[in-house]
Amino acid sequence: MKRMIVILLRNPLSLLGLILVLLVLILAVFADFIAPFPDHRGAVIDFVHFNKPPTSRNIFGSDLVGRDLFSRVIYAYRISLILGVVVLAIATPVGTVVGLLAGYLGGKFEFVLMRLTDVFLSIPPLVLAIAMMGVLEPTLLNAMLAVTVMWWPWYARLVYNIARSEREEGYVLAAEVIGASTFHITFREILPNCLPAIITKMTLDMGFVIIIVSSLSFLGLGVQPPTPDLGSMVAEGARYLPDSWWLTVFPGLAILVAVFGFNLIGDALREIFGADQ
Amino acid sequence: MPPVFRLLLNRLGISFIVLVGVSMLIFGIARIIPGDPARIALGPNATVEQIDKLRETLHLNDSIFVQYGYFLSDLSRGDLGVSLYTNRPVTQDIAQFLPATLELVFFAGVMMVGIGLPLGIWSARYRGRWPDHVIRLLSLLGVSAPSFVWAVILMLVFAFYLPIFPIAGRISDSYEIQRFTGFLLIDTLLAGDFSAFSDALSHIILPAFALALSGIGQAARLTRANMVETYDKPYIEMAQAYGFKARRIANKFAFKPSLIPSLTIIGLDFAAMLGNAFLVEAVFAWPGLSRYGVAVILRKDLNAIIGTVLIISATFLIVNLIVDLMIAFLNPRIRYSERGST
Amino acid sequence: MSDVLKISDLYLRFRGYTGVTEVLHGISLNIRAGERVALVGESGSGKSVTARIVLGILQELRTAKVQGGLEFEGRDLNKLSASQWHDLRGTAMSIIFQDPTSSLNPVFTIETQFAEVLRRRDAKMSDAAANARAAELLNSVSIHDHERVLNSYPFQLSGGMNQRVVIAMALANEPSLLIADEPGTALDVTVQAQTLKLMHDLVEQSGTAVFFISHNLGVVREFADRVYVIYRGRIVEHGPTAAIFDNPSHAYTRALMAAVPRITGGGIPDIDDVDTAFLDPMVIHDGGAT
Repeated sequence: MKRMIVILLRNPLSLLGLILVLLVLILAVFADFIAPFPDHRGAVIDFVHFNKPPTSRNIFGSDLVGRDLFSRVIYAYRISLILGVVVLAIATPVGTVVGLLAGYLGGKFEFVLMRLTDVFLSIPPLVLAIAMMGVLEPTLLNAMLAVTVMWWPWYARLVYNIARSEREEGYVLAAEVIGASTFHITFREILPNCLPAIITKMTLDMGFVIIIVSSLSFLGLGVQPPTPDLGSMVAEGARYLPDSWWLTVFPGLAILVAVFGFNLIGDALREIFGADQ
Repeated sequence: MPPVFRLLLNRLGISFIVLVGVSMLIFGIARIIPGDPARIALGPNATVEQIDKLRETLHLNDSIFVQYGYFLSDLSRGDLGVSLYTNRPVTQDIAQFLPATLELVFFAGVMMVGIGLPLGIWSARYRGRWPDHVIRLLSLLGVSAPSFVWAVILMLVFAFYLPIFPIAGRISDSYEIQRFTGFLLIDTLLAGDFSAFSDALSHIILPAFALALSGIGQAARLTRANMVETYDKPYIEMAQAYGFKARRIANKFAFKPSLIPSLTIIGLDFAAMLGNAFLVEAVFAWPGLSRYGVAVILRKDLNAIIGTVLIISATFLIVNLIVDLMIAFLNPRIRYSERGST
Repeated sequence: MSDVLKISDLYLRFRGYTGVTEVLHGISLNIRAGERVALVGESGSGKSVTARIVLGILQELRTAKVQGGLEFEGRDLNKLSASQWHDLRGTAMSIIFQDPTSSLNPVFTIETQFAEVLRRRDAKMSDAAANARAAELLNSVSIHDHERVLNSYPFQLSGGMNQRVVIAMALANEPSLLIADEPGTALDVTVQAQTLKLMHDLVEQSGTAVFFISHNLGVVREFADRVYVIYRGRIVEHGPTAAIFDNPSHAYTRALMAAVPRITGGGIPDIDDVDTAFLDPMVIHDGGAT
């Protein structure tokens, strides 16, 4: 574990990733203290300072009702990270359990569970999310729900692939011979072998969740105003291109920075653990 | 029966089952919504009788299984219902808008393969040296932002600040082109109108590139990873020991075996593009199925939603099928053995 | 008789994260035209890297530092330009690896791969000419079913068949030096024996010098004219085969010989893994050239 951290710190790219993610984390967690205008995350109107390009007062400029864009971006970071954590906190365990059972038990379990997973995986991710949000009320909670529902099959598929090949390995057969319970074999024996792949995927997924949620919000199907979301900010600002360029460029870059950070770390993890598709 | 055909039939069968599953999934989700679709469709001024009548017509009072039954029987006759948004049969809407999206996605797909694969090969061939580092960094950046961010940035730079490309739409209004295929690039050529062709081309480049960027990044990274693995194989060392030229080794001997594992993921990236088309079409006002899809979703137009999702899923499944066939064809092990293996 | 290959005081170092690792500490060996010379040692002794240094492919690794004299057919390899050295590969010197099936590219037919090899000598060779020549070569390795083999992919042929194909390819361009890196080790014993006999007959006919790398003493004894024994990057003993086997003088050589388990009783021999005596200076037998 410590060795892993040392390797991550030595590699310049993963170090950059760690810095970026740390930056995002600090901004998100301490938003209340860092944001120059904390109340601008809600519904505030300030017609004196509206639609202004970046200045020393509003370092990212101000939006169409006068809110400070920088503050809103920071709060949007907070929402994105919370969403990511919640989605993964639910989708990962559910998907892992499904994948483990399908991979180890085989037979009817495997067939049914994997066909179910196939159905979810056969729809392009964003399309499925959009379709689900299309039939639900567009609220933050529903967005979280939709994204979670569409996310777990990826973990199921990942864990299933590993479990299925591990099923034939010596240590599994040995445990079976001793008479270990299915629970023990799947969770105590096979699962640890899946952990590197799962952890790598979770890191990369943090970025991916941000992308999906911001995409949904961009289309108006995710987070609703006045709650700040990077995607909806870009959508609002897109109408005012190219004049009020800061309205779209800064939120867009904010997404890029956060996702890039997670991707850098995830890539480094993948190299450390060895490739596991 | 040759193994390839058997594979094809097998995959068609599975795809069909999956499509049925998808239809059930979407149908189920669509019918679970709170709120009354009939009332939403008719608007706030509808009377109770009108609403009830519409509910009868749409079979909304029946059990979900009966509703699904009606859905299937309609589907078998090619009837996807009527869109409450356009007041036309959904099939007609799809026929109008699908080609625009397909054209965009295919163009982006060509870019993805045409730019991404060579970048990946280059990257692997010079691994550890600066071209590799630059390509890897750029690829990672490419996949680190959603397509709408790239769309906006590209539009700002290449349509506004450097007005090289048009801002929106598929083709300038001044052109009237007869629709044969619905693909403007083809139709303009068929009509012999080259200025229209170049106009359509200039309209498609930015949106396709925005769409393709993350795919290019993915393809480059994936190709690089596979090729690096292949470079470690004994037969590549053998090729080097025989003095084959480095470029030939990169482009032929190392690339072909690496291509096969890459193809599956490329198929999936194509799927991602089908999804991202929603975002890009919105930014560039591209009159495609995705834009239609967003509109009907915001209006809770159930028939249209179901129809759109089905068509997109079917497209995705077909592309995956083609990709699988290509893999089977390229991988001699599958072509010649009874039991197909990946 | 002139030397086909002459290595003088060859050093090899690898630069890694943890510092520099020395793999070869100044080895010298030579091979005369038509001679069969074996380099024997355990895994990690440095024998495989030596082969790759001669070919020039090891030097392409950025972490590798090579120093020392390398002469091939009288030419100083260190003075050659990269492309001149490159031209020698596959034409004047060729190599056979351990596992024939994995040495062949799995997604191309034997025909295609043969043609590529033949085109190293004659870049404009037509497909028909290449196939004809390939058929001749396959004959020489006792493969008469030309069409089937040429149209096959490596995975469709047996290990023994692939081994013969690989030998045919290696000798296709009439090299002066054939390097054999543990040939046949991946095959089963009877096939390995046949392969070696085949190699023996072919190089006798063509007068190709063979640089034979192995850890298998039995094979070395059957095949080689002279033997160099390598331990941890140093040559510890060399001489004519008979002399080495009849009278192993260096402690390490003796340990190697003793390490072969005998079927006729005695069981698995009990030898020290490492002995300070292994670091004794080199023993040279008469008849071993400089």
